[in-house]
Amino acid sequence: MIPELGKYAFAVLTSYGVAIALIVALVALSLWRGAKVRRALHEVEDRQGKTHG
Amino acid sequence: MSLWEYANPKKFMQTSAWVLPWFTGLALVATVGGLVWGFFFTPDDYKQGSTVKIIYLHVPSAMLAINAWMMMLVTSLVWLIRRHHVSALAAKAAAPIGLTFTLIALVTGAVWGQPMWGTWWAWDPRLTSFLILFLFYLGYIALWQAIDNPDTAADLTSVLCIVGSVFAVLSRYAVNFWNQGLHQGASLSLDAEQHVSNVYAYPLWLSIAGFIALFVTLVLVRTRTEIRVRRLQALLARERLA
Repeated sequence: MIPELGKYAFAVLTSYGVAIALIVALVALSLWRGAKVRRALHEVEDRQGKTHG
Repeated sequence: MSLWEYANPKKFMQTSAWVLPWFTGLALVATVGGLVWGFFFTPDDYKQGSTVKIIYLHVPSAMLAINAWMMMLVTSLVWLIRRHHVSALAAKAAAPIGLTFTLIALVTGAVWGQPMWGTWWAWDPRLTSFLILFLFYLGYIALWQAIDNPDTAADLTSVLCIVGSVFAVLSRYAVNFWNQGLHQGASLSLDAEQHVSNVYAYPLWLSIAGFIALFVTLVLVRTRTEIRVRRLQALLARERLA
């Protein structure tokens, strides 16, 4: 499945591993914080009888 | 319709909610497509061997590391001149994304450099200005966190962004006027003499398109979050005063 990378396999696989891990972490953190803030805002809006913004 | 309409948080939230699914889909398809194409279906280079596959990560990340700062510069200037809160929040939202792409560019560059140049790192003009740009991203994020008053934080970070732009520009153009560096010139060029083979160029363009779409998606998501944080803080402050 993985193409033949020869003597540079470590360099190529490390690059893809690090880059994909960083991108996935960035996306996950952005979505997690977004959901947390949205939940907190809805709670306060409901308490104050405001429409969801 | 004026561009300044989007400075209204409500209008920004409405429009971004509409475009977000499109950019998300484009980011997913183009990024995965470009990387899979580049990793699995391109041949080894006659000089670089399989390390040529790192180009599909390194070049888009480096481009975005610089252009994210340029986007922050524009939105910071809009904040300083017109005092639109959404533009200051967009700059704040973009910084961690730019930081991540700068880190990816530095790591993939070092991992590629070791077998190709024989060293992980050299104090080459482009590499050094990239490292300083990375430090500017860290400083910019830290400054936002350190100041409680959001308008003061936006003012000071905007000034920092203007100063840091020197290094963003240097990161891009250092190779053109400092010839003693190790780093080669641009990988992609409109000059016919400098073209990379289409076998590598097509997946690279797709990967670049995917990374740009990913950047736009994340900026929109994070700016929406920052706008909600502002509204939440305003409502809580009103609650405390009541």
